[in-house]
Parts: sequence; structure tokens; C-alpha cells
Amino acid sequence: MKTYQQPDIQGHFGSFGGRFVPETLMPAVLELEKAYEEAMEDPAFIDQVDYYFKQYVGRETPLYYAENFSRQLGGPKIYLKREDLNHTGAHKINNAIGQALLTQRMGKKKVVAETGAGQHGVATATVCALLGLDCVIFMGKEDIRRQKLNVFRMELLGARVESVDQGSGTLKDAVNEALRYWVTNVEDTHYIIGSVVGPHPFPKIVRDFQSVIGIETRKQIVKQEGKLPEAVVACIGGGSNSMGMFFPFVEDEQVTLHGVEAGGSGIDTGKHAATLTDGKAGILHGTLSYLLQDENGQVTEAHSISAGLDYPGIGPEHSHLKETGRVLYDSITDAEALEALQLLTKTEGIMPALESAHAVAYSMKLAKKMEASETIVVCLSGRGDKDVDTVRSAFGGSSYE
Amino acid sequence: MSKQRIKQAFQEVLDQGDKAFVPYIMAGDGGLDSLEERVQFLQDSGATILELGVPFSDPVADGPTIQEAGIRALEQGVSLRAILEKLGQFKEKRSIPIVLMTYLNPIYAYGIEAFASACRTAGVSGLIIPDLPLEEENLVAKELQANDIALIRLASLTSPPERLKELARRTEGFLYAVTVTGTTGARADFKDELQEHLASLKNICQEPVLAGFGVSTPEHVKELSANCDGVVVGSKIVDALHQNNREEIKTLIAAASGKEQTTAE
Repeated sequence: MKTYQQPDIQGHFGSFGGRFVPETLMPAVLELEKAYEEAMEDPAFIDQVDYYFKQYVGRETPLYYAENFSRQLGGPKIYLKREDLNHTGAHKINNAIGQALLTQRMGKKKVVAETGAGQHGVATATVCALLGLDCVIFMGKEDIRRQKLNVFRMELLGARVESVDQGSGTLKDAVNEALRYWVTNVEDTHYIIGSVVGPHPFPKIVRDFQSVIGIETRKQIVKQEGKLPEAVVACIGGGSNSMGMFFPFVEDEQVTLHGVEAGGSGIDTGKHAATLTDGKAGILHGTLSYLLQDENGQVTEAHSISAGLDYPGIGPEHSHLKETGRVLYDSITDAEALEALQLLTKTEGIMPALESAHAVAYSMKLAKKMEASETIVVCLSGRGDKDVDTVRSAFGGSSYE
Repeated sequence: MSKQRIKQAFQEVLDQGDKAFVPYIMAGDGGLDSLEERVQFLQDSGATILELGVPFSDPVADGPTIQEAGIRALEQGVSLRAILEKLGQFKEKRSIPIVLMTYLNPIYAYGIEAFASACRTAGVSGLIIPDLPLEEENLVAKELQANDIALIRLASLTSPPERLKELARRTEGFLYAVTVTGTTGARADFKDELQEHLASLKNICQEPVLAGFGVSTPEHVKELSANCDGVVVGSKIVDALHQNNREEIKTLIAAASGKEQTTAE
């Protein structure tokens, strides 16, 4: 077994990653790295994170055998890691609580964050309410339209939500504005980035806090099945639930890891968010990674029915894991995700978030090629309540209309 | 030769007791065809060096004025490649050294080696890359060196003393002292400790030190250049060019001249 040690001391994952930020932010990025390393070596901090994971987030989350769903597909046993059962309804809270505790530890009282679907924004607003931190959330205009209810939730939680009109008004533009806000307020503000993206040490910090997903899953599946799964599947926008799920399995070479990007209307239509499938290496938001861009290095807009996957970049560690071949990356279209959402909802009474539905859809494809004696674990990163409006209009309204 | 041109341009100004004035314009704002005329205008108005912005889809170090100028340029289909070609076409006709300000990704997409050599061919003397900190410079350093292109470092108000020393030591052409904690764009005033900061940078840097970000009035120009070698003015110039308010630009540039200062007093 090879030991996997990434990133290196400069924050590089193979040839990806790094810290491509303005000099004004460099001291904050270096301070964060130091604070994080010290915190992770402090048993009191680890205990504090564990305490909130258990008592506040509701961990550990179940690893649920979706028997009806599996039977319907007629192949391997499919298990769902129920991150949708976390407080606030998605995996995002794992990272938000960890980074908010780190913010406190650094003596900062203000937090800025970006959000796409609104899940990370809600998670951040939630932990800021809990810990008494000032909170401002940047959200693209288009995402605000798609996720009105989450905007109201954030405001109820006491956060200020700033609409971002620039560009396509989605996650990428929200990150730009959050970075600009951070550059301006860096002295008293911490940026709780929501995914395994951004400059080092963010990709590592977010991965580490999200690794609780994979650590629990590995223990649970061995207990329930007596062996490791043949396949692990997770969806990828920036890539935080997948990185958290994959990381504890990286050295288990017998476990195939599948990352699922948003194929939007289809890769050949150009309207998608499949960065690793259709992008090439470039620098955005402080990191060197795969990127959807034109031949002149201008970042192009991503498209997905799921706001949380609508991002033209991807975490640098995913780019590295693609290059080494350790993780297999593929994509699922909007239509396939919607079909999977329906099937899982009807067979199990579990409505996945549109993001997670991409992973579910991919497991349906995988299942066709696998044996009944084999198992697949799907990271069900969030619940679908937030997407009901989007799904309803995609299906052309309910039967009552 | 390129780095030498920057040095000479500074010498001519500073030897006369004047301060340097570096205007920033967005390449392709108003169409790439207007670039030559704008460069000529700024050269004739007494600018020391020209900082030429390359439009980028995600300019995180820039405030609204430059973001919008970039969007206007991108809507005209302007690319780094087209900018370098255009610069090459009139390089014999201009004497003002050109420094490109570009985010890293357009360079990376171009190919670093090809880009550095294209800069040389186009008569570009230096580069400012706002998202390339000291830690990542290796990505471009060798190619820029080989083509004699100056890499101008930015020193920030948040940089601790040891980083400032390193930035001052490594910078080529000049040291760009960022005067605010924030993005580019006009501001009413600056922090009190700024003058001291500029003076201390002057002390540790062999190259000229220029103050930039938020410089928008003739008073700012005088005030800030008092403790360093001059100023970079961006958003205000971009705005004035967009409004075709050229007299305002001339007034700003004149504020850097020592003679003008004496007669005004």
C-alpha cells in the first residue's frame, strides 16, 4: 500500500494547488495555515470539534442500506451515507463548524462566505448564529432567484446576504466578491470558503473537516458488510463532499472511487459544469486546477440544474487524483439526475438534493455492471427540500395543475 | 533592453526633481484600434511609464471601475494575443515603456514561454501579476528572466516587515506599493500610517517605489508622491478615458511634475 501524503508544504497537490492570491491576502493565508496546524495538534480543539459534530450537527450520520432502490436496479447492494440528515440538511455544516471554531480561535469576530445553492451559506450563517460571529454571505443573483427560501433562512439566522450581479450571477461570481470583501476586511475577518477550492490551506482544511464522512463510512461499511465496498460514488461541484468521502479510502486500492460532475444539458452542448471532463489546467480563485475556460484563458460559465454544482473550477486535489488515475471522473446530465431523484424518492422515501442526485444516477449506471455480491456506497450529500421548486418546474408542475 | 527602458524612463523624470506618473488603462476598452492613439496621448501628456491592463473574466483584485472596463474590452473580443500583436505593430512609434498588468490565467493559457517571448517581440518591458505572490513566482521567473521582462512586485499594507524586505529585494523596474487594504478604485482618503509605510519602503528598496490603488485626485498625487517616487493611477484614468475627459488626465499628470508644484504654490 502506497502512503498518500498531499498536499506538500507549499500546498501543492502534485502539479496543482498552491496559493495564487494578491499579496494583501498572503499574510492572512499564512496566518490561517499556522493557526490550523496548531489547532489540529491541540487535543482540546479536536474535542471541541467532535463535541459539536456529535451534539450540534447530529453525527454520526447513518450508512443506510437502500434495499428497495437496490432491488429495483437488480445488482449490487447500494448504501447511502446520509449527510442529508445533518443539521441544516447537507454535509456543508461539517466544514462550517470546523472553520467557525478556527475563526474563534484566531480571535476574529467576522466571517465572510460565498454560497451557490445556499447550503454553505445556511451552514455558515447557522454556525455564526451559534458562536456569535458577524456574518456576510455573497450569493449570485441567479442563485438567489433559484434558492429564495435559503436566502430567507440565512437572513433569519442573522446573516447579511449580498446579491452578486457580475458575470453569470452564480457561484463563481459570488467567490470573486467574497474574495474582494476579504481583501478589504482581512484584518478582522475570516473567509469560510465552502469547498475544497481556493488558495492553500483551504483545500486541505475543508478536506480534513469533511473527512469525517469517509472515516465514518469506512468503519460503518466494514461493520455492516464485513468488507470494504467495491465502489464509492460522490458528486462534485468544487468537490468537498467527494473529497471528504474519498480521502479515507485513497489508500484502499481495491475500492474504486467515482467522482461525478454535472453534465448539464450534455457535454457536447457546451452547457455543463464538467470541469475535469471538458476543462484544462488554469488558475482561478487562488488555485491551479482544471478549469472551464476559452482558448484565451477567460473562465467560461458553468451550467447545471443544480446550483451547488454550477462551478467552472474544481478542487486541486481532484485534478491531482484525476492525473494519477486514483479517482475515476465522469458526468451525469440534468435529465439523468432528475430521473434518479424521482426513483430514489419513490423507492426509499428519501429525496436527495439535486447535487446528490448526480451521484445516485451514477450508481444506477454502475449497478448494471456489478454483481449482487458487491456493494456501492453513495454519498448522499444533502436533502432535496431546497430543490422542490426547481424539480417541479423541470417536470412541468404537479398532477394537480 | 526592456528593463533598461524602465530605468531610463525613471531617471529622466527623477533627475529633474519630478515624480513619476504611471497611468493604467484597460487594453481594448474603447476597442483595440484606439489603443495606439491612447498610448500616444498619455506619452505626449507626460506619463513616465504606461501600465496596460489585460481584461480577465474574474479580476478579484479590482474594484467596479476596472471590472467594468474589462467587461467592455472582453465584449469587444479582446484577447492577450491580440493585445500583444497590436503593441508589436506600433512599437517603433512609441517611446514610453509598457508594463502589462495581467492576472495569471491568460498567461498560463497562452503558454508561459511563448508569452514571455511574445512580450519581448511586442516591446513590453515589464509585468504586474496581481495573483502571483512570492511563493509561486517560479512558475514564470525563468522565462521572464530569459526575455528580459521585469517582474514588478506588489507590496501591501498587510505584508509584515520581512516580506516587505523580500519584495523590495526581488522587485524589478519598480516596487508597486499598494496604498489600501482592498481592491482598486477611487477613495476619499488614506490611512494615516501610509506616509510612514511609503517612506520605509523607500528606505529598503533600491528600485523606485510607486504608490497605487485609490489615487484619484491631483492632491492625492502630490500627497502620496511626497514620500516615494511617484504614483500609479488606474480607475480614475480608465473612467476619464471612458468619459472622454482628457483634460482631467492632463491635470493629474501635471500634479506629478515638480515645476507645476512650485508654480502652484
